[in-house]
Formats: sequence, structure tokens, C-alpha cells
Amino acid sequence: MGAAVAAMMAAAPAAFADDLKLPRERVDLVAPPFVHPHEQATKSGPKIVEFKLTVREKEVVIDDAGTKFQAMTFNGSMPGPMMVLHEGDYMELTLVNPATNTMPHNIDLHAATGGLGGGALTHVNPGEQTVLRWKATRPGVFVYHCAPEGMIPWHVVSGMHGTVMVLPRDGLKDRDGKPLHYDRIYYIGENDLYVPKDENGKYKTYESPGESYADTMEVMRKLIPTHEVFEGRVGALTGKNALTAKVGETVMIVHSQANRDTRPHLIGGHGDYVWETGKFNNPPERDLETWFIRGGSAGAALYTFREPGIYAYVNHNLIEAVELGATAHIKVEGKWNDDLMKSIVPAAPIPPDKIGAAKPVDAVIAR
Amino acid sequence: MLIVLKLKAAAIGAAVIAPLLAASLAPPAASTVDGTVSLPASSFSYRTAGDFSRDGKPVAAPLRNIHPAGDLAIMKSQVTAAAYAQCMADGACPRVTMPAGSLDVPVVGVSWHDANAYAAWISRKTGIPHRLPTDEEWTFAAAEKARDEALPLVDPADPALAWIARYDAEAARGRPAVAKPQPTGSFGINSKGLADVAGNVWEWTSTCFVRVSLDAGTERITNTNCGVRVVEGAHRTYMTDFVRDPRTGGCAAGVPPANLGFRLVVENRWPAIALFERAIGRFRRS
Repeated sequence: MGAAVAAMMAAAPAAFADDLKLPRERVDLVAPPFVHPHEQATKSGPKIVEFKLTVREKEVVIDDAGTKFQAMTFNGSMPGPMMVLHEGDYMELTLVNPATNTMPHNIDLHAATGGLGGGALTHVNPGEQTVLRWKATRPGVFVYHCAPEGMIPWHVVSGMHGTVMVLPRDGLKDRDGKPLHYDRIYYIGENDLYVPKDENGKYKTYESPGESYADTMEVMRKLIPTHEVFEGRVGALTGKNALTAKVGETVMIVHSQANRDTRPHLIGGHGDYVWETGKFNNPPERDLETWFIRGGSAGAALYTFREPGIYAYVNHNLIEAVELGATAHIKVEGKWNDDLMKSIVPAAPIPPDKIGAAKPVDAVIAR
Repeated sequence: MLIVLKLKAAAIGAAVIAPLLAASLAPPAASTVDGTVSLPASSFSYRTAGDFSRDGKPVAAPLRNIHPAGDLAIMKSQVTAAAYAQCMADGACPRVTMPAGSLDVPVVGVSWHDANAYAAWISRKTGIPHRLPTDEEWTFAAAEKARDEALPLVDPADPALAWIARYDAEAARGRPAVAKPQPTGSFGINSKGLADVAGNVWEWTSTCFVRVSLDAGTERITNTNCGVRVVEGAHRTYMTDFVRDPRTGGCAAGVPPANLGFRLVVENRWPAIALFERAIGRFRRS
């Protein structure tokens, strides 16, 4: 049916119709957690922004035990890259499905209006590509994902999801209209994974996505993920891969989850300004401890770091964070501020009849 | 391969031969129990385990020169799944998951309590006291395989500096190429003749976690937590005694031990003498 609708709705021959007479910009995408360079506010008028996504079916490793997984991806990363444009711009998206792939794919962009978000117009078989143009009418961060008929959830939890950010032309604002900026932006895509196990409880491996399909569907139907990860694998954003920032910097963290609810929390920090539902026409909430990302949506949070150290950015279902993998670390350098926090009495034996900080050292010695 | 075969024979033989040896040999003898190596006492440097602080700020633990008071008899190899399985079969060791294939691999997935249950069982069975090594003993036996990880020297006034430095050090740790326990002997023999030291199986020790104050030039233990024991291997770590399957995560970046196993020290003496020696302290500190 997808193909039939596409044929019906294709307005013009495949030639690149330049009916809009607008300036064009071609954007080279980068893999998450990074985001391609972009203006936070723009003085220029609407334009056509060209992006290209290539579907890559590939085997990836999803944890430190070396568990192999048949992933389906946009541009080879889980999640696919973030695409940024401004309200009123047009996205001209080229979707490529190389002949080396085994399955048809398409894309449903939650930011787009009509045509199942583009899903109805973008079915491409291996060896095909298609070009879709859509107008960015609502500012916010939005999920995009593959949505092939009959197999939508499987493609999505196999890695085919990403984020579009439509910025207001005059930039982000707080509830009073005061401009908000960020010094860095990180983009975290959370993915629930459902990896089948053999009779000994070991994760099974497969030669292709197709061979993993039946077993994977069985695990998916039980709704309990075996892994819950950021950027496609356990530890993708910890240790040597930890994110970085400096004290005084304002960081924008965009968090998307195309399938399942999650609840980001920055351990040791807050959300100064949070668009929990991710849509910038709504005023951001202030000073949040944890925010909720509904499955199938993206949210955005601004935070200015005030204290150096290691911050853990987690899905605050802590079982999912610690046992299943939904943890990122942010290494923040700068000068420690004793006013915000200070260790008054480091761990020491319990002094008799002593409460609080008054002369703690004397109390210890008095024992 | 030769080594592996030899060890296999040793493992099978140990249970049978050991009681005979215990009954017939006069103490103190060198390397009497099959499967152990006897290490002659010699000086070594040792970074004390635990958290050390001076004036409330974390500092590196002191590096000491240790002169063991006597020889150390320690198992050449880690206790195997086959050996532990016998203890389980006798109903003396808690049940743990056995490998699907060969049992000639170190037993892993064992807690400190499991290791002690095994030590008690093998001691009863052989009549020779076996016990977990102290962290000092392990370090002595591990020789060049023991890793000294002192805290980096940073400004003690800024807690974040030491924190970030520790995070970076932990994040830089390598991960064993394979997580699955390998046949005994796969990780080579160290300079003291021990097999598989600092391979992919970490080893329980009997040493408790301590918090030590170095204020005013004196060393004072302010807290001893024996619910947490020192675990040794490719790096030293501290582990709650009931843990069988170590993991990291949350706010730490470190690589957890790939597996928890153990090897035992053999008291190569009459039990009474050994007890006396332990009572007065096996090691003299300088």
C-alpha cells in the first residue's frame, strides 16, 4: 500500500523540483552524542536544508561482554544523527537504502505534517533512494524513526530512530521571553534492546536481521528489555567516552526515546530549563530534578554546571541505569565551590553525644 | 599444554595424597602439599590497602617494605571448578553455577563466604589448615603481577581534582580480552611460580577494608569493615563479601573484576604452631 500511496501523492516527476525559489544549505551530519554546527537563532529567511540519511544494516556490539546485535540504523549510528533546522525552513531529505541491505525501509518524522510523517512517501527497497521535502512548522525536538508496515516496532528497537530539532528562528526563550543559549549540545538517544537467549541463558547471535526476527519478536512481546542503552551500547558515554564540560558552561541535553518511557536525571545537578515534552512554544520548566520522556518523543534540558567533578546522567529507573546500561557520565572541570558543597566532617568514628559540626575534631580526639 | 596436564593430575591427586602427607611429614617442611608452591621469605614493597586520609583529605596509602617472618605456601593455581564441585557434592560449599564445558578452569562466581566454606572443607578433608591469603601475602606471591595504584598527587583542597583523576585512572584500565574463565595455566606463570596471577579471575583475600587516619604523623585505623574484603588481580579493588558477580555502573566508571575466584594459602605447619604464628602476626612490619 505504501508504494501505491506514494505514487498517488508524488506531485511531480522525480526531477528536483525547485518550485520554492529559496536558498539552499547542505548539512553534513555527525554521529551522536554530537550535533552538526548550527545557528541557535537566525536573522536570515527560510531556506531549504538538505540532509542525507543512508540506512545501514550492520552487526554491532552492545555491551562489554561483547554481545553482538543485528542493528538497523540511519547513517550507521544508534540513534541516527540529529538534524537541525529552524521553524519555517524546509527539510529536503534524501533517504538511501543501499543494495547491500536486505530489507525495505522508510522514515516517519514526528516533526513533519501529513503522509504518516513521510512514512507513506519514503518506502525504499535495497538499491533505491527517495527525496522527501517537508516544512518545519513547529519548533521543538522530535523523534524520527523507520516505520515499515508490519514491522515498525522491530525496526525501531533495532536502532532505526533519531531526532530532528526545529529551533525558533529567534532562538530559545524562558517563560518571560528572555533569550536562552547553550555553549554545548549533547544528543542522547536511548534504545531498549531485546536480545534473545539460548537454552543456557547466553545471548544468541545471528547472521542477519532477518534471521533474528522471530526470536527477537518473542522477547519484545514480553516487554522487558535485555539492555537499555544510550547511543547504542552499554558504556557508550562512560569512562573514556564520557561527555565533557566546564564549570560555567551551559549544556543542552536532548534526550530521545522512540519506543519506551524514560526519566532522565543528572546526578549532582538539575535541569535549569527543561522542555519536558520537547516543544519550544511551551515555556520551559525550572529547576527540575528528573524529567519524563514519553516513549515516542524527545525532550530538551539546559543546565549550567556550577561544580566540577563527575556527573552521572541516568535513566532514573536505576535498575535500567545500572543493570541495563542507561547511564552516561559528564566529566566537568573547573574550580570547586565550597559554598555550594563542602565536606565538614569526613567519615570518622561516631563521637559520643555529638551532633552537628561544632568542634568535630575535638570530639574525635576526646574518645 | 604440558603444564595444564600436570596440573590436572595434581588436582585429582591432591585430595588423596594430602592427608597422607599431613600425617607423615614433620613440620615445618617446604612445599609439602601437592599443588602448592613454597615461597622463601624475602623483602617486598607493599602499598597498604584501604582509604587513607590526612587532615580529612584523601592521600595515597603508605608504601611499606615488608619482611615476611616465614615462608609462604600458596596454591600454584586458582581453585578449579572441579575441586569446588567436590565440595558442593559433599554439601559443604554453597552451590554456584558450574561451567558448561570442562571443569578444569578456575571456579568463578564465588563470594568470600563460598571461598571460606571451601577452605574449611579442604582443611577438614586434608587435615591441613587452608585459608585465604591476606592482601600482603597475595601481593608477595603475585610479585611482578601485583599492581601498585597509588592515588595521583593533586591539590587536596579541591575534591573534584582527585575525583576526576581517579575516574580517569579507572576508565583507562584495560578489560581482559576474554571474560570467560580459561583453562588453568592460560595466563602464564609468574616469577614465583604461580599460575594465572592477574589473569581474568580476581582473587578474594582475607583482608578487611580499613579507613586509616595519618593525622599528626601517627597511623590510626578509624574504621574496619570486614563486610568488605580486598580483592586482588589485574587491579586491586574492594568487594562486599556476599558478591559473586561484580559489576560497576551508576556513578563509577571502573572496570569491575571480570570474575571472582580464589586460591588458598596452606599452613605448612602443625595447626597449633600456625595458630600461634597467626596470633603473633605472620608478618613483621618495618
